[in-house]
Amino acid sequence: MQRPEPRQTLARLLGPAGPEVGCDECFDLIDRYVELQLAGQDADSAIPGLRAHLAGCPACAEEHQSLLALVPTAH
Amino acid sequence: MLTARASVSTVNTATVCGSTVFDPESRAWIDSLRTSGSAREAAVERLRQLLLRAARFELSRRRGQLASLREPDVVDLAEQAADDACVAVLAHLDDFRGASRFTTWAYKFALLEAATKVRRLSWRGREIPLEPEDWELIPGDLSPSEDAEHSELLNALREAIASGLTPHQRDVLVALALNDVPIDVLAERLSTTRGALYKTLHDARRKLRRHLQEQGLVLDSWLEETN
Repeated sequence: MQRPEPRQTLARLLGPAGPEVGCDECFDLIDRYVELQLAGQDADSAIPGLRAHLAGCPACAEEHQSLLALVPTAH
Repeated sequence: MLTARASVSTVNTATVCGSTVFDPESRAWIDSLRTSGSAREAAVERLRQLLLRAARFELSRRRGQLASLREPDVVDLAEQAADDACVAVLAHLDDFRGASRFTTWAYKFALLEAATKVRRLSWRGREIPLEPEDWELIPGDLSPSEDAEHSELLNALREAIASGLTPHQRDVLVALALNDVPIDVLAERLSTTRGALYKTLHDARRKLRRHLQEQGLVLDSWLEETN
C-alpha cells in the first residue's frame, strides 16, 4: 500500500500546534472569516484559532474553500 | 454542529441598545422570513433558490466524487441539500447576528449539507478501516539525511499511539488522520457528531504532542517544512 511521506503523516497525526477552535465554532464563525478575507482584512487577528482549525480539519477546510469561492460569484 | 455562539467582534453590524442592526439587504431577508402568509412563502422560496445555487456549486466542485451517480441523481441531491439547508437556516434564524451578510451566512448551511451528502455517498457501502495495526504502518522510510534525526521521533510516536491513547482515541485518530475517512462519515457510523469527534481527535493529538515533548523531541520546525 502506498503511504504518504512521513512528514505529511506526522502533520496529520499531530495536528496544528497552537490553540484552535472546534468544528462547531468554526461553522459559527466561518462566514465572517471569509468576508474579512475577501475584504483584504486581517481575518486571523479578528478570529483567532480559526486558521489553526482549518489546518487540522480537512472537512472544515473544504467548506471554507467552497465558501471563499462561492461568495464573490454571488454579488 | 449548528449551535449558536456569539462572534468575537463585529464588522458588518452595530449594536444599539442591545438590538442588532443589520445591513439593509440582510435586514430585508430577515424581515421577509419573519412575516407570515404568502409573503413569507415567497421569501422562503427565494431562500431555497439561494441555497440551491450554493448546493449546485458545491456538487459541481465535487463532481469527481459522484462519478457513479447519473445526472438526474445529482440534480436530486442538490434539491435535497437545499431543502435540508432551508430547514436548518429557518431553525437558526435567531442565531443570525449580522456578523456577515445574510446570504454568506445562509450559504454555509447549503455547502455543509451538500458536502456532507457527497462524503457519505462516496463512502456508502465501504468499510471504515479501524485496524489497530494501521498505526504501526506509519512510514519509517525516511531519506538518509532525515533518518538519523527523525527515526527516533517516529518510533516515539508509534509508542505514544500504542500506549498513550484510549482505544476510542486510537480508532478515531487512525480513521481520520491515517486512513482519510471523512469526519462526517465516521460521525454517522459511530452515531456521534462531527464536533464531538474532532474533540476526540484534538485530545489525542495533544496527548501525542505532550508525549513527544516529554521525550525531549522537537516537532514543529520539521513539520512546518511541509507547509
